[in-house]
Amino acid sequence: MSETRIVPPQPKAGSLSSENERVVASPANVSAVRRYLSERGNSAAADRWFHYLMLLCALSIFGIVALIATELVIGSELSWHRLGFHFFFSSYLDPYTSMRLFWDPVNEHFSALPFVYGTLVSSFLALLIAVPLAVGVAVFLTEMCPGALRAPLAFMTELLAAIPSIIYGLWAVFVLVPLLRDYVNPLLIRAFGWTGLFESDNPTGLGFVAAAVILAIMILPIISSLTREVMMAVPHSQREAVLALGATRWEMIRMGVLRNARIGIVGAIILGLGRALGETMAVTMVIGNTPEIHRSLLSNGASMAAVIANEYAEATTDLHRSALTEIGLALFVVTILVNALARLLVWAVTRGAPQRAH
Amino acid sequence: MGVGIEVTNLNAWYGSNHTLQDINLHIPANHATALIGPSGCGKSTFVRCLNRMHETNPIARVTGSVRIGDLDIYEDAKPVEIRRRVGMVFQRPNPFPTMSIYDNVASGLKLNGFRNRRVLDEIVEKSLKNSALWDEVKDDLKKKSGASLSGGQQQRLCIARALAVDPEVLLMDEPASALDPVSTSKIEDLIFQLKSQYTIVIVTHNMQQAARVAEKTGFFLNGRMVEFDSTHKIFTNPSDKRTEDYITGRFG
Amino acid sequence: MVKQKTSAQTRIRAVTDHAVTGLAIAATVLVIAPLVAIFVYLILRGASSLNLDFFTKIPKPVGEKGGGMANAIVGSGILLAVASAIGVPIGIGGGIFLAEFGRGTRLANSIRFTADVLNGVPSIVMGVAAYALIVSPHISFLPMLGHFSALSGGVALGIMMIPTVCRTTEEMLLMVPHAIREAALGLGVPNWRSVLSITVKTASPGIITGCMLAFARVAGETAPLIFTALGNSFWSTSLNEPIAALPLQIYVYAISPYDEWHRLAWAGALVLIVLIVLAVSLVRYVTSRGVLKGAS
Repeated sequence: MSETRIVPPQPKAGSLSSENERVVASPANVSAVRRYLSERGNSAAADRWFHYLMLLCALSIFGIVALIATELVIGSELSWHRLGFHFFFSSYLDPYTSMRLFWDPVNEHFSALPFVYGTLVSSFLALLIAVPLAVGVAVFLTEMCPGALRAPLAFMTELLAAIPSIIYGLWAVFVLVPLLRDYVNPLLIRAFGWTGLFESDNPTGLGFVAAAVILAIMILPIISSLTREVMMAVPHSQREAVLALGATRWEMIRMGVLRNARIGIVGAIILGLGRALGETMAVTMVIGNTPEIHRSLLSNGASMAAVIANEYAEATTDLHRSALTEIGLALFVVTILVNALARLLVWAVTRGAPQRAH
Repeated sequence: MGVGIEVTNLNAWYGSNHTLQDINLHIPANHATALIGPSGCGKSTFVRCLNRMHETNPIARVTGSVRIGDLDIYEDAKPVEIRRRVGMVFQRPNPFPTMSIYDNVASGLKLNGFRNRRVLDEIVEKSLKNSALWDEVKDDLKKKSGASLSGGQQQRLCIARALAVDPEVLLMDEPASALDPVSTSKIEDLIFQLKSQYTIVIVTHNMQQAARVAEKTGFFLNGRMVEFDSTHKIFTNPSDKRTEDYITGRFG
Repeated sequence: MVKQKTSAQTRIRAVTDHAVTGLAIAATVLVIAPLVAIFVYLILRGASSLNLDFFTKIPKPVGEKGGGMANAIVGSGILLAVASAIGVPIGIGGGIFLAEFGRGTRLANSIRFTADVLNGVPSIVMGVAAYALIVSPHISFLPMLGHFSALSGGVALGIMMIPTVCRTTEEMLLMVPHAIREAALGLGVPNWRSVLSITVKTASPGIITGCMLAFARVAGETAPLIFTALGNSFWSTSLNEPIAALPLQIYVYAISPYDEWHRLAWAGALVLIVLIVLAVSLVRYVTSRGVLKGAS
């Protein structure tokens, strides 16, 4: 076929050297190339294997979820059989002191109630602190911030999200807790002591308030960056429409932006809640780790994640370990549900928005 | 040498959109054939059916037969084999941004496992000469990235890349539409020189370009091929009223 | 009359507007304050206790001065190597599937969703699952399994890396222009080759960045290590033995009552945070410069 291709097309610019002609006029290479390629086969088998391998990697994500679920269910079977649903509600009276007790591994009394209580109280308290601040930061960054400040501030909130839990915990133990104990808690007691929520019987400074404050600091970046994302997804025309009516900037934000983004913001808050429910190290270090239920938010408590971190490695009896695994299972189910709900809400808002990445 | 292309009852769909309807056509070997028509008429879809690129979109579908030389491309071979024999140059220059100029030209062979360094050197040089880019880039073949060239140079690099695998047919989908006039004229000169060795099919919405480079011209409208004849006949004495309306600028 | 009322309203609206601006600024300051405080403390207390011994010596028994965390640093390195060996290839493979094969399909959407949800599962739960899978004495049919070990900790961390790596890989691959994929296909390059040598290679700076982000995230993880890798106050580099890890050591020292250990905890935290800030800044730099190498 290619034997006849001898005439090279003349490039316009320069004349061809004799060396060039030699290269071009050697048809052996040309047919060699074509022969080589036609012998290569269609690689359909390799392509199919590659496809399956990548599919396997992707399916491993389902596999992981299934594996975690199975392991947790098998691991908590004993506790489920022995304690049933009462596990999450029961308590018993100590015959010697006649106090209400929940968790006594030595005598094999297990109730998850104080841990569920502690997790819920510290998480919701954290949301109470974090949500207004996070929305405030998001509003400031998207609508008010001078352009030069935006990038460094966004970077700082990103950094806040990258700090490991253990460092928050370390800081909380040595800086935040003394601060709360010496300055903030007395103020709370003086101002709100009458509600019974703040009582001064805890000299350590540990407890729900400390846990909630450090949790709030930790979940803030997640809530504020997602809020920012959904606020930026609100089309510009919505803002202009409200501004054109003579609204002030705040009215524009309230009516043009927040109203349109509210479902997404709720999603962001729920995602923050999901993170708070499962947060372990920082909470373990400051919540006090006492399996009791008190009305006062300044008293020591415990959380689901914290009790696992504290006792799992040292759990000696099967029932103890099984009970801890069941707490893990509960945490798993709850965080899966909370995260799924949050993702759906955030998707619902950002889906229609134009891609900003391009 | 190039080979002829025989298209019989070609139909193509894009989702529920019937983009090509009953195309029958003989494209002669070693000539340039131009396809003209208003945008959305199906001419790009048509060339993408000639190297089975159309079906890379999951919602696309093709029926009918296309024979390139003695090979029925929808019956006798896998897409990968077809595309090695049918080179393609796209509307926007798309050199591989991570590769040097040399690697861009050699990519078709290297990525198919060809390792002979000496032969590769020769083929790269020859392909760059054939695409009239050699003199501009020969000093930094391995130093510069393909993306660092100008738009016109990038397009000629893409032509060199397509030529390096020594195809029998070269498809060009509006190869000059994203380029400035000087680069466009260079590409046209190139087509003029290459057509003695390859069967070239060029899609263009620029009628002067079709008249300048092609021996044969086909006019597409609304997914059908209205007229196919020698370029001279199409532009001086078309037999179909719609072709005449189009080339005299009454629409499109 | 009407005019007066209007101007009063306008004034109220203007005051509200200013008040809200003030509140938003205050919120931002309140959020930045702890960040600044954490870094100031880390630098003040960490730097003063950081010395050569910290990087070269293992911990001394209680009551003795000096000592370092060399074993924990090496241990963290080993754990992260195991984690990356598991998390990076599987994660990248999953990302390739989502971006190249499954685009728009229901399967890909559900995998993507599951990956996002898995990302939110608490690390302590991962630890419990890894314990049940590898450490629990019920399944000691392999000699390496059935007790606390570096391997189990690495597996727990590796599993945690998968969803992050998978999602960032997908996002980076989606940024590669379609024209480049077409160019490779048009040359008759086999699909697997075109994906690996063209698409993935083009997106590689972004993918590497995503891996670093996942790496930085698990580098600070403590909870899943407590009952898998367990910790170790002596030298150990065996995958089959309990192993020390930097975050684990920080935890143990932080809740101890000894000042000398507190000092070491701060130093360890400083080392950890420097590592993480470097990774995050690198990510920031690479993404702001454009994800694709040489992209015009």
